Amino acid sequence: MAPPNTDRKDWPLFEIFIRPKNGLSHKHVGSLHAADARMALDNARDVYTRRGEGVSIWAVPAASIAASDPSEKASLFEPADDKIYRHPTFYDIPAAVKNI
Amino acid sequence: MYTQGLDSKTEHGTQPPPRLVTAEDNRFQERVDAEEKIEPRDWMPEGYRRTLVRQISQHAHSEIVGMLPEGNWITRAPSLRRKVALLAKVQDEGGHGLYLYSAAETLGVSRDELVEQLLSGKAKYSSIFNYPTPTWADIGAIGWLVDGAAIMNQVPLCRCSYGPYARAMVRICREESFHQRQGYELMLALATGTAEQKRMAQDALNRWWWPALMMFGPSDDQSAHSAQNMAWKIKRFSNDELRQRFVDATVPQAEFLGLTIPDPDLRLDPESGHHRFGAIDWTEFNEILKGNGPCNRERIEARRKAWDEGAWVREAASAHAAKRAARALKKAG
Repeated sequence: MAPPNTDRKDWPLFEIFIRPKNGLSHKHVGSLHAADARMALDNARDVYTRRGEGVSIWAVPAASIAASDPSEKASLFEPADDKIYRHPTFYDIPAAVKNI
Repeated sequence: MYTQGLDSKTEHGTQPPPRLVTAEDNRFQERVDAEEKIEPRDWMPEGYRRTLVRQISQHAHSEIVGMLPEGNWITRAPSLRRKVALLAKVQDEGGHGLYLYSAAETLGVSRDELVEQLLSGKAKYSSIFNYPTPTWADIGAIGWLVDGAAIMNQVPLCRCSYGPYARAMVRICREESFHQRQGYELMLALATGTAEQKRMAQDALNRWWWPALMMFGPSDDQSAHSAQNMAWKIKRFSNDELRQRFVDATVPQAEFLGLTIPDPDLRLDPESGHHRFGAIDWTEFNEILKGNGPCNRERIEARRKAWDEGAWVREAASAHAAKRAARALKKAG
């Protein structure tokens, strides 16, 4: 993991999420430093939506994000790999049966 | 390219001493070979991290310094159409600098450190931004040639093995194609204008052609880190390969403009289909990298001045944020 940023001159880092249009989820587009959340929103508008990329912005303090550790990838995600019975194709249905 | 300082052997002296290859190194290389992307918190060799921090930050500095030669012309653009285009282009470059600084920060370096490296003159940026822009035609030549060369280099970087860098490059490339087109359109207007305008266009081409070729960095046999960076898939094509592609793409564009590329040795090799070009003056390139170009001092001074004169804005923004936070606290309490 990258060492935490302890330089106090730096403004906090915000992660920016944009909803491209209504009906779609907000998607992470990048990050920026700002003195506070309002400035983060203003700057995100100028930096990440100069060409009609979105209709809504979320600015989330990066320090507030809890993230899983890549070294725990195996213990977190591999248990799902052998549970093929969670997928519809695991179950045998005769071809004659329709609408299922 | 924007990070050509990395390639120069003189900067690092000799190759770094060989180190032991560990099992982790091998696993990492397997992931890269399989075209898996590396993300910020994944394990990576220190050399990979170091190279990326240097490359991405040099790239970011180049975008920021690159705003200066053009920003100089915003108030003097000959029409509103040209002015809004130039303003939008320079604004994009500020944004590109930000995307890249953010990508570098994911590797554990702080923004303050990066800014400090630029202002102290320690950091490198592309040689191309140390040339002056004395005429309006230079704005056309920069868009056409400098952005054209940048795009040639940056498109393969969209497939770089490091995820945050690759994603930043995707955004940048998407935005950058307008930069080259507005430059070519501007050159076309001058080249088909009065005799004096055409002379201006030719003069700008004469001055920007060779510096644009130097943007791709030293020749492959002189380039210090090519092999390792290719293996890590930080780099996808060699400097000479990209330079050749640029020449092949640009020569017909110059012909269409009715302008002459200032290279008496330039000729089409019918067998390979490539345009062969004359020898590049690497003395000039090395002098600029060392800080002795026509505008090196001026560029850094301009950045320092902007930083110092912006101090009150940064202080006011911090004070305003603190005041608002205190008010919100009082209201809640």
